[in-house]
Amino acid sequence: MQLSVNGTDHQLEVDPRMPLLWVLRDLLGYTGVKYGCGIAQCGACTVHIDGEAVRACQVPVGDAWGAVTTIEGLGQPDALHPVQAAWIEHQVAQCGYCQSGQIMQAAALLSETPAPTDADIDDAMSGNLCRCGTYPRIRAAIKTAAARLRDS
Amino acid sequence: MSLAGTIARRTLLIGGVAIAGGVAFGTWRYTTPYANPLLSGLNKGEAALTPYVLITQDGITLITPRADMGQGAYHAQALLLAEELDVDLDQITADPGAPSAAYWNQALSAEAGDFLAPGDGVLNSMARTVADMGVKFMGLQITGGSTTVPDGFDKLRAAGASARETLKRAAAEETGLPVSDLTTRSGAVVLPDGTALPYTQLAARAATLDVVQDVPLRDPSQWRLIGKPTQRIDMVAKSTGTQTYGIDVSIPGMVHATVLLNPAQGGALGSYDTAPAFRIPGVQSVVEITGGLGIVADTTWHTFEGARAIEANWPASSMPATMADHWQALSDSFTSTAQDSRKRDDGDMETALTGEVIEAEYRAPYLAHAPLEPINAIVRVDEDTAEVWTGTQIPRFVQANIERITGIPADRVTVHVQMMGGSFGHRLEDEVVKQATEIARQMKGTPVKLTYAREADMMHDFPRQIAMGRMRGTVKDGHVESYDLGIAMPSVIASQMARQGQTVPGPDSQIVAGAWDQPFAIPHHRVTGYRAPDLAPLSSWRAVGASSNGFFYNAGLDELIHAAGADPLQERLRLCNDAVARRVLEAVADMSGWDGPRPAPGKGRGVALTYSFGVHCAEVVDVTDTADGIRLDRVWVAADVGTVVDPVNFETLVQGGVIFGLGHAMFGEITYENGIAQQDNFDSFPSLRLDQSPEIIVRGLENARTVKGIGEPPVPPAAPALAGAIFAATGTRLRDMPFSRAVTFA
Ligand code: FES
Ligand code: FES
Repeated sequence: MQLSVNGTDHQLEVDPRMPLLWVLRDLLGYTGVKYGCGIAQCGACTVHIDGEAVRACQVPVGDAWGAVTTIEGLGQPDALHPVQAAWIEHQVAQCGYCQSGQIMQAAALLSETPAPTDADIDDAMSGNLCRCGTYPRIRAAIKTAAARLRDS
Repeated sequence: MSLAGTIARRTLLIGGVAIAGGVAFGTWRYTTPYANPLLSGLNKGEAALTPYVLITQDGITLITPRADMGQGAYHAQALLLAEELDVDLDQITADPGAPSAAYWNQALSAEAGDFLAPGDGVLNSMARTVADMGVKFMGLQITGGSTTVPDGFDKLRAAGASARETLKRAAAEETGLPVSDLTTRSGAVVLPDGTALPYTQLAARAATLDVVQDVPLRDPSQWRLIGKPTQRIDMVAKSTGTQTYGIDVSIPGMVHATVLLNPAQGGALGSYDTAPAFRIPGVQSVVEITGGLGIVADTTWHTFEGARAIEANWPASSMPATMADHWQALSDSFTSTAQDSRKRDDGDMETALTGEVIEAEYRAPYLAHAPLEPINAIVRVDEDTAEVWTGTQIPRFVQANIERITGIPADRVTVHVQMMGGSFGHRLEDEVVKQATEIARQMKGTPVKLTYAREADMMHDFPRQIAMGRMRGTVKDGHVESYDLGIAMPSVIASQMARQGQTVPGPDSQIVAGAWDQPFAIPHHRVTGYRAPDLAPLSSWRAVGASSNGFFYNAGLDELIHAAGADPLQERLRLCNDAVARRVLEAVADMSGWDGPRPAPGKGRGVALTYSFGVHCAEVVDVTDTADGIRLDRVWVAADVGTVVDPVNFETLVQGGVIFGLGHAMFGEITYENGIAQQDNFDSFPSLRLDQSPEIIVRGLENARTVKGIGEPPVPPAAPALAGAIFAATGTRLRDMPFSRAVTFA
């Protein structure tokens, strides 16, 4: 089967039932995508399919319906996405393990809702668990990124 | 004389040296008996100035032997080194380095003194010294107990200063100029004419010189980095998916593995049928390990699928059958024979407890550590060497355990410590390494990457202690008159150290940590620790004993203050007998505009202060009783760590600690049936999430004399401050955690 990840087409010989998460991590080396729970409870595995935030642990690779973007495709250290730039500015991460998922979720939120209210942020982000408790900084960084994106 | 006697005497003798030298000896001299771990494996042109600084022609590496679980340890250590070395944070690489006895943890051994001899005075300081030397002898390179900054504060600055002065001497030899004419800046020695000689070019010459010792440390007024906001060195990597954690490491030729363990804690392997596993594509082998099976496959997913497919019958574990049995064991431990310590006994408690005595009982459940990165390790066992890649806080134990399993000497076991996706104490255990080693020795030469499924990580965690508190007390003339608190729990430290083949003599100070030494002068005041029998195997969980005891102590005090008709904050201030603690309480009163526990109808406010890990930390929590349940509005926190080394990270750690303390108090518990944890993932073990998180306002104070870490102290006061707020808003007294059993949270 064929899978587009971050603009690159991959030819895969793979059991179509394998979750997209493990195809990305173990077969294709996109280790920015994280495993935390495997049951849609933590959001660490969040990627975009055609721009929509999805839990990669819940999507059998055979069902992936469009182009996949991972944290590595959103932006790079020398070419940051505005959400990543805001995350760095606010120094959001502690262990950082949840942050790929948080950033992907926040980027999807802002592409749909450029000026989110606190309630919008609550709704969009509460599926993403942070065991280190970085929530106050996540909220602040989303607001900064939203302002930046609106200005640009 | 027996061998044990000889060792004890020698230990004492060296301890005496340490007493004579005191802390003024400094790190370098302390570590002199150990070979500098960087001297082996150095290439030509590289200079190892101290075990903490490595300079080559290619760049400057600061060795940060305390592990990073997300608390910013690499950054904090690099910052302390860079302060005196005069390098910029973007010029250096931080590397955890190879495990070495020279990186022993002095601050942790100071805490360990308490395990050996409770109380103060000469005996205790001697015991402390013995423990100190013991830790040194074992060379325990442990990260934990919020000790990274206290342990490194002088040690790392001294290392940076020695390196700087040695590099200046090298520049003096090179140029013929006197050292006094030279200055340093941004990784270079600067000559009077402004020419900069980069450290990297001076490294080779510096290697030929003796290290300049005992360089005076700079006055705080000269600090460039300490106390200033800095950009943590791992932020870009952690915001772009480019940070490599243990779970991301890939070694050529490696296979994946996972474990299927007896679901009951500590249970043995029974009969099993592996045939269904081999129907999963990619499953290569299933091997026996202690307490279960290792499943080897081509991808992580196939190891999980293989483990799910196997049918097995598991022998019962020796743990009590029901939670009622666990609680009964604690309840039965409030006896004189089970008494472990009575470190506080002020006034005359027995005569004080007459008339109207207020009594209450409190409970704290087992809790999982559940860092978001499940535990994992890669191990390759060769003929007479082994190599490990894992996120661990105990690299030296890892080496020792691999020696025990394979017979390969510890010094031939290479450990590559990885960045960790959280720990909270989870990675003070190394079962995953032992199991990966058991699998890897059955397939020599092949790197085996063992990844736990979340379910295995949670069910086979060694949890936070279960604990019970019982208080009695009296009030008089509107004030607290007597307060007697008894705490029963099994010994976490004994359980944990037993797994490393170590015994810990004497009382366990963690049984009363966060309770016996609180800064309140109550006329009659007693705190007694009772040691419950071993139940579930336990491990240190963020704030350890204080995580339960901070709740017991403050909740009991609140009930007495309420009975006295006093204000929770004003009465704490009145009773407070410590200047540093008083300022912390005054700070949260000021920040929150404290004006009593009921600021408005439907609203409630609670306050708590816990002294733990050498830090006074006070919190005020505001809640509203809404139609949907209790809503957490705001938290104000003040903590005194002596010196706030990194203000940005300080705020992050405090906020994270408060959320950790609140979330577990609200929702968290692990329960066991026949030794089997009934919670196995984040649906049954919920955490605080963004929508329920309050605003958290933080203030760092610097009145304390010694520098302390802030990883743990914000956790203990969170639960009692919340309970106080809920009581003020609703009249419901919460005595058992998790609170969600009794109230709903909006
Ligand atoms: S790993 Fe997919 S939601 Fe947790
Ligand atoms: S930063 Fe550690 S889990 Fe979010």
